[in-house]
Amino acid sequence: MTTVWPQLEPLLPRVQKPARYIGSEDGAKAKFPDPDLISWCFIYPDTYEVGLPNQGLQILYEIINERPDARADRSYAPWVDLEELMRAEGVPLFSVEHHTPCGEFDVLAFNLSAELTYTNLINCVDLARVPIRAAQRSEDAPLIIAGGHCTYNPEPLADFLDAVVLGDGEEVVGDITDVLVTARNEGWDRPTVLRRLADIESVYVPSLYTVTYDGPKIASIDPVDDTVPHQISKRTVADLAEWPYPKEQLVPLTEVVHDRLSVEVFRGCTRGCRFCQAGMITRPVRERPADQVRTMVSEGLARSGYDEVSLTSLSTADFSNIEGVVTDLMDDSDEAGCGPMSVSLPSLRVDAFGVGIAAQLQRAKRSGLTFAPEAGTWRMRQIINKLIREEDLYGAVESAFSQGWKRVKLYFLIGLPSETDEDTLGIIELAKNCVAIGKKYNNRASVTVSVGGFVPKPFTPFQWFGQNTDIELQRKVNLLRDASRKTRGVQLKWHDPKATLAEGIASRGDRRIGAVIEQVWRNGGTFQEWSEHFDLQLWLDALADNDLSPEDVVFRHRTEEEPLPWDHLWAGLHKDFLWTDWQDALAEVGLEDCRWTPCYDCGACTGYGIEHVVASATPPAGGSQGTGQDLAVGGAVPVSLLSSKESGEVLV
Amino acid sequence: MSGIQPQHITHRLRIRYTKNGKIRFVSHRDVARLFERACRKVMLPVAYSQGFSPRPKLSFGLALSVAHESDSEFLDVELTEQVELDDLESKLTAALPDGLAVEALRWTRVGEESLQEAISSCSWRIEVVGADHDAVVAAVGRAVEAPELPLERIRKGKTRTDDVRPMIVDLTVEGQTDTGTQLVAELATRPSALRPAELVGALGLDGLSEGRVRRTNQWTFVDGERSEPLAPSPSTERTLECVS
Repeated sequence: MTTVWPQLEPLLPRVQKPARYIGSEDGAKAKFPDPDLISWCFIYPDTYEVGLPNQGLQILYEIINERPDARADRSYAPWVDLEELMRAEGVPLFSVEHHTPCGEFDVLAFNLSAELTYTNLINCVDLARVPIRAAQRSEDAPLIIAGGHCTYNPEPLADFLDAVVLGDGEEVVGDITDVLVTARNEGWDRPTVLRRLADIESVYVPSLYTVTYDGPKIASIDPVDDTVPHQISKRTVADLAEWPYPKEQLVPLTEVVHDRLSVEVFRGCTRGCRFCQAGMITRPVRERPADQVRTMVSEGLARSGYDEVSLTSLSTADFSNIEGVVTDLMDDSDEAGCGPMSVSLPSLRVDAFGVGIAAQLQRAKRSGLTFAPEAGTWRMRQIINKLIREEDLYGAVESAFSQGWKRVKLYFLIGLPSETDEDTLGIIELAKNCVAIGKKYNNRASVTVSVGGFVPKPFTPFQWFGQNTDIELQRKVNLLRDASRKTRGVQLKWHDPKATLAEGIASRGDRRIGAVIEQVWRNGGTFQEWSEHFDLQLWLDALADNDLSPEDVVFRHRTEEEPLPWDHLWAGLHKDFLWTDWQDALAEVGLEDCRWTPCYDCGACTGYGIEHVVASATPPAGGSQGTGQDLAVGGAVPVSLLSSKESGEVLV
Repeated sequence: MSGIQPQHITHRLRIRYTKNGKIRFVSHRDVARLFERACRKVMLPVAYSQGFSPRPKLSFGLALSVAHESDSEFLDVELTEQVELDDLESKLTAALPDGLAVEALRWTRVGEESLQEAISSCSWRIEVVGADHDAVVAAVGRAVEAPELPLERIRKGKTRTDDVRPMIVDLTVEGQTDTGTQLVAELATRPSALRPAELVGALGLDGLSEGRVRRTNQWTFVDGERSEPLAPSPSTERTLECVS
């Protein structure tokens, strides 16, 4: 076993936050590096504090370590201070468990959650002393693979990745391990391994496809021969109850961004917000049974010593009988007697119901309250299909201020399709009215408005929309800034429009963007997620040097006929469904949540022969958000119910 | 526990622990969080502060710098009631990560000083690297003989010059290590603690820096007698301290 610890240890007193690099977390699986095992190293291409809490990475790490024929370590991007020392002293990228050089693993598996980490992926591969381009890798080089939401358009990284996984990873990592075990036993060469990986459902091997171009557009994407699938489909885990992971969540020694227990209560969302890639690509809704949630929370708190649990999902207030579930959790905590415990719901729905739960839950400490109306006018919210009425927001805000919160945060997008200045300025109008409500309860009540520029994402109805230019986004920010200055109690924060442009380059770019990303990396552009390191000029120069322009890659509207760089991939959504939804958006027509209304055949369920898995067919009380229906009445829909699944009973 | 007079002791538990190995790279603040979680894991009835964001009542002595090891760290934990201490040391050690180990614990006495108030000096083993051994020996000699030793240092964001000579209670060269020279020092903590890195700077040798550093003792003076706030021999010490 090789370890770089003796070389690394003397460097650590010289860097910021050295605890990032020592591993030793509670829950870490220091499985002995036996060369007979297939070895994975899961890498998050950003700092330890950002990467450690990533649940997807932790889930797969446990699943691999449970196998008798495989083991997994983890690694994270070293901060620039350590990277400089590592390069000077000749220390390669290492895993945090055994400080094994990453180049010695069979697989380096990256989680891709954000486009601006792409240059860090290349940097990590280079620091591991593995050739950055897949075509240059030798027989004994690790396989470089990636998963996570960004891989629904992996084309910008196609030249750097040996394989890409689409969708839920729980089953696929096992399938890949099986292939690698056989490959080792039978002595397959690297091209054979890649071919066999491409046979696995939801594994995409970019080198087995050729792309032709038509000016700024794609002409075609074709498999190299008939043995390679024409389309790669995402993997969907049908029943979350079979995957109660992470069973032993990692408890880090140093503070990280989400420093609490996390329990995923459901996966998927059918609210249908048209800008939201996560909601589109993770369908259908699959709830975890409430009793399993309860067990995972009580066992996780006792094991970790955390005093806070986050119930994660894309919209946790929509979990069936959420009030009953959280009441049970609080009772369990009182019985256990470990001091005050908080439950946080990271995705609060914009209504009084959610605030009521939040107030009840946060006993140990009160975090801030953030609501995401996303757009400033009803017209705009119809276009994006986030059907929050103004009175829903005011009800939520009134509830928050009346229960002691002094500040609420509102999150909005700018640069949405067909947005006018009236829509943009509607953001400040909403905020102003929220402040007025707050003043009834507290003279120092304030509202923080946080504004992000919209980046169209693949496999959403807005994938055809031309992103606003950085200049246009900055103009809108200036409008908001001027308006907010005239409005007491409103603080404005905004995401840098320049970073939004760079995200757009990677979000919908084709394979030609690979050379751009490589050049940005070669010119020192790592940690582009970090404002102190982000540099748009690196991206613009690299585009120009590769005969590409922001206009062609980012700002241009796409037509219905134009082949998209991800057309050979399949997120479960029919392209004609997405196109129709895009046309509905432009016509300002909303679409209901199919959990509680009949199916409109987006493809996510029917394509896989699966269904929503929810415990209750009755929509949650209090709030119209996203459903387009009167929820006081509730609805009954054809979904399978968790409790009645055994008998195959369908509630009507 | 027999023989303790409950009215003489508080619900404040004083804990002595060590910090060794990789975990020396974990900051003081993070160690505090590790203890908070360990207390919850062993179900100690920790008292919480009042207010909008209640915090568990844990108070530490002098902070230990990142990368330093220690044989002698202390914290006080306020509980809502007294508990059996019998196997608490081993339970807490098991609930803490590798490298943190509880060595002793006892109830504090009514009116006993807080750790911050009690400690007046610390003993250190300081390895220095980057300079010739003989040069270090000479520099230590000069420092010990010097009537005063002005040193620029930063406190609360401001640079100021202090005479740190009175804060060097004791300083000797023990010998050579594989990579440098081993110093043994006792450094005062008041009015503003002299840190090992500052001591190394005060020696005035170009290129000299600290290597491995270990705090071996924290000292308190009671009636002119030097002692530690809680000695590391748990079984006897606990009874003696509590009964007094």
